[in-house]
Amino acid sequence: MASFPLTQARRAGLPARRAGATLAEVFPAPGAEAAAAGFVMAQLGPGSGAVLWIQDRQARRETGRPFLAGFHRPLMLLHLSRPLDVMIAAEEGAQCRALAAVVAEIRGDPPAVDFTAMKRLALRAEAAGVPCWLIRQAATANLSAARDRWRISSLPSAAHPDDPRAPGAPRWRADLFRSRDRQPGDWVVCHDPGAADRLDLVATVPDGPLAEDAGAVGQRAAR
Amino acid sequence: MDRWQRMQERSGNALPDDLPQALAAEGAHGPVIHAVNRAAGLAGVSVGARVVDMRALCPALRVEYADPQGDRTALDRLALWARRWCPWTIADDWAPAGTVGGSHGLILDTTGSDHLWGGEAAMLAGMEADLSALGLSARLALAPTWGAAWALARFGPVRAICAPTAPLPVAALRLDGETVLLLNRLGLRTIGHLADLPRLSLARRFPRGAPAQNPLIRLDQVTGHLPEPVSAPDAPPVFRSDARLAEPILDPSHHLPGLCAGLCEQLAKARHGARRLRLTVYRTDGEISRIEATCARPSRDPAHLAFLFRDRLERINPGFGFDLISLEAPATEALAARQADLAGDPDSGQDLSQLVDRLTARFGRTALAQVQPVASHIPERSETRIPPLAAPPAVRPRPTERPQRLFDHPEEIGVLHTVPEGPPAQFQWRRRSYRVARYQGPERIAPEWWQDKPGTRLRDYFKVEDTEGHRFWLYREGRADDGRGGAPRWFLHGIFA
Repeated sequence: MASFPLTQARRAGLPARRAGATLAEVFPAPGAEAAAAGFVMAQLGPGSGAVLWIQDRQARRETGRPFLAGFHRPLMLLHLSRPLDVMIAAEEGAQCRALAAVVAEIRGDPPAVDFTAMKRLALRAEAAGVPCWLIRQAATANLSAARDRWRISSLPSAAHPDDPRAPGAPRWRADLFRSRDRQPGDWVVCHDPGAADRLDLVATVPDGPLAEDAGAVGQRAAR
Repeated sequence: MDRWQRMQERSGNALPDDLPQALAAEGAHGPVIHAVNRAAGLAGVSVGARVVDMRALCPALRVEYADPQGDRTALDRLALWARRWCPWTIADDWAPAGTVGGSHGLILDTTGSDHLWGGEAAMLAGMEADLSALGLSARLALAPTWGAAWALARFGPVRAICAPTAPLPVAALRLDGETVLLLNRLGLRTIGHLADLPRLSLARRFPRGAPAQNPLIRLDQVTGHLPEPVSAPDAPPVFRSDARLAEPILDPSHHLPGLCAGLCEQLAKARHGARRLRLTVYRTDGEISRIEATCARPSRDPAHLAFLFRDRLERINPGFGFDLISLEAPATEALAARQADLAGDPDSGQDLSQLVDRLTARFGRTALAQVQPVASHIPERSETRIPPLAAPPAVRPRPTERPQRLFDHPEEIGVLHTVPEGPPAQFQWRRRSYRVARYQGPERIAPEWWQDKPGTRLRDYFKVEDTEGHRFWLYREGRADDGRGGAPRWFLHGIFA
């Protein structure tokens, strides 16, 4: 049933890391924009390379800017006003091999973010080997050239190890609803932001023998 | 002294002229006076004396440290500026060994230039006026040789022109302190006394070769028997390439690659790279219009330089057309030839700098910034935006938990709280209410008294989670009984992932 090896996923801690860098899209549910940012940073993993983070004005005003102290990674922030500029800057950044990743946040469904622009972005990212993430806030999942498309929503966090009244490690529901070369899936992801900086998978639906076997790890193939 | 005075005036904390002020430099036995202003000179403060002695003499003396390196570079710049009067100028900072104190000067070879300024006297008066417009006081003298001009400017009358050097003291010969002392002990006080002596006995008495220790050499330099040419350094090269057109055009974009290639050829010859570029078009109606571009690192890649102008050419105002385009590099830096590594890959750092250039050229200088942590507990002060590539990015892990998103301005929320010192039970943010299920805190962050206004209230931060799993970072500003305003207000400052 699961084409994705579970043990490997648990070891690597990430359901979607792969060798070649490419363009991926993340659609956060309303109110889960910070969760999408955290998910993208967790997918990028630890490293010392700089991340180019591009925001348009709407996204910055509605959901704030990325905060360095919460990320533990060198950031280069680019604040732009128009979504068209964001796409141009992301394309420039995706050609630069010195960057660890390019993250672009766009709010709404502007006409600048169309299939052609996405296709160009994906080709650039794949040619240079720079992972490129597009966070589409408050957008509809239209036709797109992104290789992976995720939907992220936030869930009540895990139990805090010391304090029962405090929120613990954040948990998200990550739904890979379209992917070019993998089977889509639906996971509950628990991010351990501490030293391990790993993503743990928690079963969305208890999967019978799998859930008993592998503890809290499971996967459900989507539609 | 003048340069320091001007810097003080520019920074707005200049003292009045009638207070004695001095600049000090490190000497062998503690700081010594390097330069004095007029009031200090009248009070008896002398250059070269120790600062403690002069403090005893003049208790109101205000002493700052001098900047000899800065003086030297300023003098070099001034020497280039002085090329307005004649083409051969050099900065001259010869001083007797072992002494401090500026004997900074400029040597100008005005041969053949003075008639352009209305004669020698008029030229000197004009020079003094121009230098005082810069805020510099100067003593000028004109003489047939370098040595005589040096002596007259320091020891002669004001604006001396070819005055006789014989009555000047022997110190005017640019001699060491020891040699001057020896000559004085021999009874030779003036240059005239020295010149009256037979050359043979002088040569026998001073056999050493160094000019500063040999009065005979210096004497010959003053009288012109020994040549001392002014070898002026070349002005910094001007990198500029022009395109002269047969007919006026409106769009310079077709000529840009050629201009960039020409400029880069010049830069490569001089092993320089451009930091700033200026494209100027000379319009047929007599006006000029220009646009500029800057590079984060020196570059002489024609394609890269052409790219920097690609989207800005529309900002140039062509008027009715222009027939001369010039591209110049006003600011350059040394850039050695670069070798690709064995795999043939270009340098990755250069790649990043080109990206920074392209983004800055397109979106402006303020859009792109690197984030740098700052030692502060106040969240909005704990990071600062610095120019990209300014410093190696350093990220320190923080022991406390911080949100992934931060609002530029904390947004006020309406709260419903059960315990006055605890977190809210329910709060309203952006016309939606959230019911708090779990919380962590408070984490108290006190105002920074050394830079905050008095009366700034402390902040108690809470990490709260609502029933649907949204995690927020809230704070309460102040306490109910801290006496700094009314009831404490609540703000939402960040969002956790």
